[in-house]
Amino acid sequence: MMPTLADFGKDVWWIVLIKVLAVFVFLVVMTLFTIWYERRVVARMQVRPGPNRNGPFGLLQSLADGLKLAFKEDIMPLKADKVVFFIAPVISTICAFTAFAIMPFGPIVSLFGQKTPLQLTDIPVAVLLVLACSGLGIYGIVLSGWASGSTYPLLGGLRSSAQMISYEVAMGLSIVAVFMMSGTMSTSEIVKAQAESSQTTVPDVLGGWSFTTPNWYVVLLLPSFIIYAISAVGETNRAPFDLPEAESELVGGFHTEYSSLKFALFFLAEYINMVTVSGLAVTLFFGGWRFPGFGPEHAINQGWLPVLWFTIKLLIALFIFVWLRGTLPRLRYDQFMRFGWKVLIPANLVWIVVLAGIKTSQNTDNLLWAIIPVALLLLGALFWPSKKKAVEVPMEKQVAKRPAGSYPVPPIDLEVPVSPRARRITAEREVV
Amino acid sequence: MSAVQTGEIITFFILAPLAVIGALGMVLARNAVHSALWLILTMLSLGVFYIVQAGPFIGMVQIIVYTGAIMMLFLFVLMLVGRDASDSVIETLRGQKVVGTLLGVGLAGLMATGIYQATRDYTVVGLEAANKDGNVQGLAKLIFTNYVFAFEVTSALLITAAVGAMILAHQEKSGVKAVGQVAKMRERFLPGNYPGPKPGPGVFATSNSVATPAKLPDGNPSQRSISPILPTRELTAAEKADKPTLTGGA
Repeated sequence: MMPTLADFGKDVWWIVLIKVLAVFVFLVVMTLFTIWYERRVVARMQVRPGPNRNGPFGLLQSLADGLKLAFKEDIMPLKADKVVFFIAPVISTICAFTAFAIMPFGPIVSLFGQKTPLQLTDIPVAVLLVLACSGLGIYGIVLSGWASGSTYPLLGGLRSSAQMISYEVAMGLSIVAVFMMSGTMSTSEIVKAQAESSQTTVPDVLGGWSFTTPNWYVVLLLPSFIIYAISAVGETNRAPFDLPEAESELVGGFHTEYSSLKFALFFLAEYINMVTVSGLAVTLFFGGWRFPGFGPEHAINQGWLPVLWFTIKLLIALFIFVWLRGTLPRLRYDQFMRFGWKVLIPANLVWIVVLAGIKTSQNTDNLLWAIIPVALLLLGALFWPSKKKAVEVPMEKQVAKRPAGSYPVPPIDLEVPVSPRARRITAEREVV
Repeated sequence: MSAVQTGEIITFFILAPLAVIGALGMVLARNAVHSALWLILTMLSLGVFYIVQAGPFIGMVQIIVYTGAIMMLFLFVLMLVGRDASDSVIETLRGQKVVGTLLGVGLAGLMATGIYQATRDYTVVGLEAANKDGNVQGLAKLIFTNYVFAFEVTSALLITAAVGAMILAHQEKSGVKAVGQVAKMRERFLPGNYPGPKPGPGVFATSNSVATPAKLPDGNPSQRSISPILPTRELTAAEKADKPTLTGGA
């Protein structure tokens, strides 16, 4: 049975306690697993084995690392603001855990004789809760940077606050399209909305044929998903957007001065945030816990099995995070900001307006005739060439224009002699 | 009709003192950043109050908007007064503190009694009717029908304020043009400028001081290899002598 908003808030207190514990354990285990997973996948991409000593396939490596980290010396910098220095990682971690409370894992199941949905709780504004938590969580980073009393963390913290202000907006806007399609902000109802496939008929103007609309919002709202995916990477401070902790520029960024358990909390929060945004992507765009291609009443979408489907989808999303980290270099700070403000946000706004237009034209007949000319006009205005192209001066004239005594440059038609080694390789290849 | 539930009472009596403590802390904290943090506590408590009182949307929006807003405040503090700024305890006006405290307490008392008198025999009605189609939907219906004009005017006002602040705060550097990468590259290769990297100091040869100049191929010290901020110093005889590679190992 697919849960709706009405099914929540009726649990007995010990069921709630079990669910809270389950979510906590799930997140901690996922963190340990994801660290191992990331190290193994990146290692595979770099043609090396990765951790493979502790436990089967090295699965216990992150547990060992975590224990070792907890027993390290806890250093408090002399110039640190002691209270804020302590509070910052706590804020990060609490927000990371809280955001997962509204994640739907599965349908209504029977738990010790009680019928209950496999989701801690749901509220009419569930998705906003995730946004609020991620917004508050960045306070942990900014405050840790400020409280460390040191330059590099402060720079990392400042970068992080700018990143938050710009990428929160893009992320929030990308989710708006999902709200428009599903008509709700509750996660369980968004999953339910993606379960219903519908016949869509193209207006008579364009032939009048009909087709079955795919259920998942990743298909229906592809632009939103792309923007969500990009800003999710920015939100979680992952490569290529890991500017707050850019280790080659800022030593460790905001957590440079942290050690022992406090550092472990940041580590935990970062991985949980990754799991959360992946889980949200699965819920909002990939049909949540449902197995694709089967109806909600099919046995494959009943009982405890959907938890497995959810986890598998989650791991695929996490794999993409790792893939990005293994592939892309870090963006330059100004390029990153320009991308957020001048590309993601305007594209998102245009897409929302287009979507609203489509939805309105579906509700009203003959509106298409009004929309098409306006759309053409807008497109024309968008792509109208604004100024003449600068005349291109050929390279020879540019070189000739340089003042006398300039540093010598090689001739433009210089032919670089082929090295003897290269010639040998070519010759060998020709033989084969 | 809308009876107050036990959970709501418990939440209120936990969070209300926290909200008041946050408000007091914001006023009393010496450090501007600590003030901002206390303010977050108060705003979060208010957000939870809204949620508890059947306004989940406004509660969440309160949290989301005020996190961003206080973050901006935080940045302004950092940019305007620096990291270690604290309030000075010196009074600029004589007796300002006493008078300010008295006036503040008086105002709080007036407002509290006023609100108490006005709401004492109040029966709250209409919550179910307002949230009939769901809280968010009801709010959206009101904003985009009855109050659409006020809503749009407010947004226009906010945008005007933002643009105005940007124009006032933005200082055009007169006469200084932004130098692009291409222009910089051309400048680097102009006559009189050496385009390559500067030689490193002679730290690897006879001395490990960055103030020791590197030697040019003709044996002269290269002035370019030393940072101009370093004090000049007298070289020792060993440092002045040619390196063994130059003298043929002698």
